[in-house]
Amino acid sequence: MEVDSVFYTDRSGRVSSNPLLDQLPSYQSLLYRRKSSTAGTKRRSSSRGRIGSSGSGKWGVGTISRREEKPKSQTEERPIRELPRTMAEKRRDNTQRLEEDRELSSLKQLEHSTRRHLRRLRDDVHQWLGSLKLWRGDIHLIEGMFGTGILSYFSFLRFLVMLNLIIFVLMFSFVMLPIIIAPNVSNITYNLNLESECSVYPSSARRGLVIFHEHITDLLSGGGFLEQTYLFYGYYRADKIHFSNSTYNLPLAYLLVTIAYLFFSLIWIVKRSATGFKRNLVQDEDRFQSFCNKIFAGWDFCITNENAVRLKRSSLLYELRTDLEEERIKQKIADRTRKERCRIYLIRLILNLFVIGVLMGCFYSIYLATIFSQEVQMDTKKDNFIVDLIYEYLPSIVITLANFITPLLFSAIINYEDYSPAFEIRFTLMRCVFMRLTSIGVLLFSLWSQITTCGKEPCLCGYNHVLYSCWETRIGQEMYKLTIFDFIIIFAVTVFVEFPRKLIVQHCDCGLAKWFGQQEFAIPQNVLEIVYGQTICWIGTFYSPMLPAICTMKYFFIFYIKKVSLMNNCRPATRPFRASSSNFFFLVVLLIGLALACLPVSFSVAQINSSQACGPFVNYTTSWEVLPNTVSELPHGIKTLLFALSSEAFAVSFFVVTCLIMFYVIALAGAHKRVINQLREQLVVEGRDKRFLIQKLCQAQRLSAIKSPGSKSQPRSPSYHTSFSNNFNESVFLAHSPPDSSTHV
Amino acid sequence: MGTTASQLGKDMLSEYQELTFLTKQEILLAHKRFTELLTKDEKDLPNNRVSMERILTLPELKSNPFRKRICNVFSTSEYKDGGLTFEDFLDLLSAFSDSATLEIKSHYAFRIFDFDDDGTLDCGDLEKLVNCLTGETDDTRLTPEEMRQLINNILEESDIDKDGTVNLSEFQHVISRSPDFVSSFKIVL
Repeated sequence: MEVDSVFYTDRSGRVSSNPLLDQLPSYQSLLYRRKSSTAGTKRRSSSRGRIGSSGSGKWGVGTISRREEKPKSQTEERPIRELPRTMAEKRRDNTQRLEEDRELSSLKQLEHSTRRHLRRLRDDVHQWLGSLKLWRGDIHLIEGMFGTGILSYFSFLRFLVMLNLIIFVLMFSFVMLPIIIAPNVSNITYNLNLESECSVYPSSARRGLVIFHEHITDLLSGGGFLEQTYLFYGYYRADKIHFSNSTYNLPLAYLLVTIAYLFFSLIWIVKRSATGFKRNLVQDEDRFQSFCNKIFAGWDFCITNENAVRLKRSSLLYELRTDLEEERIKQKIADRTRKERCRIYLIRLILNLFVIGVLMGCFYSIYLATIFSQEVQMDTKKDNFIVDLIYEYLPSIVITLANFITPLLFSAIINYEDYSPAFEIRFTLMRCVFMRLTSIGVLLFSLWSQITTCGKEPCLCGYNHVLYSCWETRIGQEMYKLTIFDFIIIFAVTVFVEFPRKLIVQHCDCGLAKWFGQQEFAIPQNVLEIVYGQTICWIGTFYSPMLPAICTMKYFFIFYIKKVSLMNNCRPATRPFRASSSNFFFLVVLLIGLALACLPVSFSVAQINSSQACGPFVNYTTSWEVLPNTVSELPHGIKTLLFALSSEAFAVSFFVVTCLIMFYVIALAGAHKRVINQLREQLVVEGRDKRFLIQKLCQAQRLSAIKSPGSKSQPRSPSYHTSFSNNFNESVFLAHSPPDSSTHV
Repeated sequence: MGTTASQLGKDMLSEYQELTFLTKQEILLAHKRFTELLTKDEKDLPNNRVSMERILTLPELKSNPFRKRICNVFSTSEYKDGGLTFEDFLDLLSAFSDSATLEIKSHYAFRIFDFDDDGTLDCGDLEKLVNCLTGETDDTRLTPEEMRQLINNILEESDIDKDGTVNLSEFQHVISRSPDFVSSFKIVL
């Protein structure tokens, strides 16, 4: 083993060594790491930097004789490739390990070799799964050109495509497939109560000569020939399907699949966001931004494009400058006088009231548009094809307009409210999210108010059977129209707004073009668009089982549209969106969308009477009733168990136990935090102690060297590098005195 | 040890798979790209070292502000000229691959950011790092006060024992809590 001394550089940069300090345990443990390597590769990771830290203390401050065993056992368990060494060293370690293995007992050998094989198998499986991923080449290209922030948007799109595909597979296999493969029609029992007035369902198929544009209207609005197909709820009229030795209860399957797909979406989203949540919630810094994250993890090493590098650098510079300025703004906020504070709060109150007023206005106009559209659709005479379509799509048009105007309004208003820049962005985003997702809720609410009012007297069948003989299909049609319109708008905006804008900016040199600038790929707005579409899909799948398939195809095409738009038209945003915070933001918004989607579905399943004229729930009052009916037919033991699980006693005790566990975990986290703070302070104190002692030691050495000038190998008086002196008043910087002019003490 | 012909032997391939984080396809692709950098005569020599200038013509490294540091860190050449053999190149790709552990990545990131190779990140290293990130020209640098404020903030966050430098353990600690690091410290051919 080569003994390497600790290096110090003195003022003139020459190195000198101190044999006494070579025996520091923290430095000795460093020598182990360099044991099997040549001097050249590892010299730079040694050196007096170790002196200032207690970092290598993780090897344990044991005696020098023990140091060889302890680190060895710690590295033995880890696979070779996880050690940061060069290939030649790793090869040597590998052969050494194999030789050692041969000396072990056969049982241990078997254990080692199985571990190795399992690891290789796991790697192969991962690699195979990774190669199956959709759009790998495209995403790699985008990553190279734009970095990881925009990449996260596209991998989010891919996630939604897979999610919708799986929801469709669920729906298909449990609801559509049994009907399709039923051996023959006589095996299906329908339960249409033909005598009652509620079960009249006029056919909506067009009769007589059908003009071509009427087909287009039907296709775009889901009416006409599309209404009585697999596309909508009304077609699934089967009650029970009899196979050779079992009966398939379709209504129960329909309800359970609905619950299953909502639950499955929740689980997958939470699993995907697990790491993001952990990191964002665990950070205990009270500052908003983390400079270390921006500096140490700020550069995307995968960027290959020159242009992108330049843009990334400028956006990093911009971000750093804004963040540094934010500190100054915080100081300014803290210095506000009382009068200024009152004024700001008053302004904020007025502006928030204004925002609420605008939102109410938008919601009311959506309500009016929906009612108007429904009334017009009831009218049998259709005059004009285009006007017809516009009336059908009126709610969608109003929602899209509202969602276009309100973000502009919000970003204009926020400037007057005088928040810090980071908070401004978040708050505007929250408002936009609220606007987008609540507009769907308002649409549904206005539909329900139409469905459940029958003029003056209470409804005969629980819903307005005259106007809405099959109301679930009608809601399904509205959701279908929203989806189609959303896709049309995204396509139209890209083709008719972004392309011309790019052409104008490129070829025209006027002031307007300069002011407009090139289109920025605004990630938050794009994400809100697709989350909006996904919320519609979740709500609409109950009423229109084929909607997930339509959404899968829609997102598939949107990927290519957005990719083309990004490559050709856009430049990345000035303020960069980090991958980690992007992922967190996307999944939080998606969860909010899911929660908002569960509400209408559960309300309509549990409260509103299901249609008597169509659909699987003809025999039941509400759709939910299928479950209690089935449970009452189960064997006695399971029935009592299920009743016990849903009783109040169980719920209350479950709640109490959960609260206790939560309090315990919170207390544990608080205790850990205190311990961490104590250890931090201890580290600082220990570091100071060590530097003080080293300083004294070197002083003592120098004095003794001066006193006995005969010793030849005296070290020159070491001086410490300026690593200490920058932040400290006590300058450990000793004066370098040449040996000749030794002071006479 | 090293490639003697333009084709990789099967046992070499499995050995590389064992010793690095790369998959078989990635190793073969790396071999292909590396041999493209060699001239015709060099292809037959065993264990040849490609100079830094030629390595830096690879598109993945060409525009990277840390390209010279990367070559210096992974190079095993005695002359410290940044030249890489094929095995050094594989080490480089392994550390930057998708499946590399956080510990490996943070270890090499530390060495790349340590511009003066002294084992710690002091103010000079951090200043050079920030300048690499924002650009080398005068109008893309931060002003000296901004630089000082930034370095103070960084040290406040990461320097646990308050000695004015960031050593490897402190760096690894701060990286473990940085959510963007794993996804940004990646080079895939």
